[in-house]
Amino acid sequence: MTSPEPVVLSATAITKRFGTVDVLKGVDLTVRKGERIAILGSSGSGKSTLLRCLNLLERPTGGTIALDGRTIGRPDGKGCQRYDERELDRVRTRVGMVFQQFNLFPHMRVIENVMEAPRGVLGKSKAEAQAIAERQLAAVGLAEKATAWPAQLSGGQQQRVAIARALAMDPEVLLLDEPTSSLDPELVGEVLAAIRALSDEGRTMLIVTHELGFAFHFATRVLFLHDGKVLEEGPPEQVLKAPREERTRRFIERFTERRF
Amino acid sequence: MPELQFGVVFADFDLLIRAAGTTALLWAAAFSVGWSAGWIVAFGRRSPRLVLAIPARGFVECFRNTPVLVQLIWFYYALPVLIGIQMPAFGAAVLALGLNGTAYCAEIHRNGLQSVAIGQWEAGRALGMGRLRVFFRIILPQAVSRMIPAYTNRAVEMAKNTSVASVISVHELMYNARLFSSQNYVPLETFTVVAGIYFVVIWPISLASSLIERRRSA
Ligand SMILES: Nc1ncnc2c1ncn2[C@@H]1O[C@H](COP(=O)(O)OP(=O)(O)O)[C@@H](O)[C@H]1O
Ligand SMILES: [Mg+2]
Repeated sequence: MTSPEPVVLSATAITKRFGTVDVLKGVDLTVRKGERIAILGSSGSGKSTLLRCLNLLERPTGGTIALDGRTIGRPDGKGCQRYDERELDRVRTRVGMVFQQFNLFPHMRVIENVMEAPRGVLGKSKAEAQAIAERQLAAVGLAEKATAWPAQLSGGQQQRVAIARALAMDPEVLLLDEPTSSLDPELVGEVLAAIRALSDEGRTMLIVTHELGFAFHFATRVLFLHDGKVLEEGPPEQVLKAPREERTRRFIERFTERRF
Repeated sequence: MPELQFGVVFADFDLLIRAAGTTALLWAAAFSVGWSAGWIVAFGRRSPRLVLAIPARGFVECFRNTPVLVQLIWFYYALPVLIGIQMPAFGAAVLALGLNGTAYCAEIHRNGLQSVAIGQWEAGRALGMGRLRVFFRIILPQAVSRMIPAYTNRAVEMAKNTSVASVISVHELMYNARLFSSQNYVPLETFTVVAGIYFVVIWPISLASSLIERRRSA
């Protein structure tokens, strides 16, 4: 990259404490437009918490998040941020999220799942929302499932609908938290293919994944989280093939062995 | 076997039908109060703030652990002593049965809300939907549809409970039946017919409930 792309999302000194447990211990992260960041780390290292702090589904204990250069919330004078619910709702329309458990709305048909937020949150007309939903469903290869109920779909299909639902808001950044971890192995490929297709349109993404092969080809940057801190980060070739840290190397070995 | 005189009862059948109308009105009013106010108590129960959670819990326990007959009489005879205003019998009956229904509906609502996975809230919030929008569009429809069998059970229970209002002279079906039977000395015939009327009104609700339940589990 010659001229650096603008920073879309940034986190500064993010900490998160649950009760007496410090889960995030000061994470700094800068996400530029078009970047695809893979977040690796063992279970319990704080990957989900970090993603959830980035869209403020979880309020950080300390530190700040900025979207498009604007810091979210305002200082409360005691070193923390105060957040306004309405502002957070606006932020979340710009930062999409895909969950490990899909979380489709089971009482709505597939297309209604995708139309819900464009209609209710962005105020699109029914026709507009429908057009958006049809386009997004077609993009994940599920146009013909528009009138199905979520329960009638396979896990892989449900996750693709969840991706379409998030993209219907046209977010600036898409966060994906282990999108294939609760899928049967034979369904993982179709979801990864749908995610890979998003990189062609230059979508900015952060993905928590244990699919190291996918991360290697997909990510522009890899981040290894350990014990609530970013232990190592860099291009996939470096972090995955020649990790500097012993812990990163052990982690990668463990997950590569599992493939056989 | 005594000689049955159903003719006497059926000669005044319209009286009983009108009384059944009052029963239905009482039931509908009390159930509406209970279902709606139940949400307030349900949210109180769920609140992390003890000043809300404890009174809500107390309310539910009081109404579920005392006989509805005692509650009814309390609201008609005791409450006026406390506040100095005598309520009409029908009003007292709606209040007592309504608050009783509130306590039970609150628990049903609460179970319904609990049955909707936390991930549904998060998915809604992550799309930028506000708390109220997530509640009304995502959570409430799922909670209510899951609880339909419980609501119908409660409705049937309350329909039967309306008969206790006769003791404070609400002119509903049971009151008129007692009046009629003592005036005409035909208790067997009167109460057989009255039981029939209750059955004819309530059974379809039970039936609908089990049909819905069967369709949901299919
Ligand atoms: N809401 C919560 N309350 C208390 N502890 C939590 C909560 N969410 C996560 N944790 C704890 O934080 C740690 C990190 O969790 P998480 O971010 O989910 O890790 P990962 O996604 O890397 O597996 C875990 O020890 C987990 O038990
Ligand atoms: Mg996780």
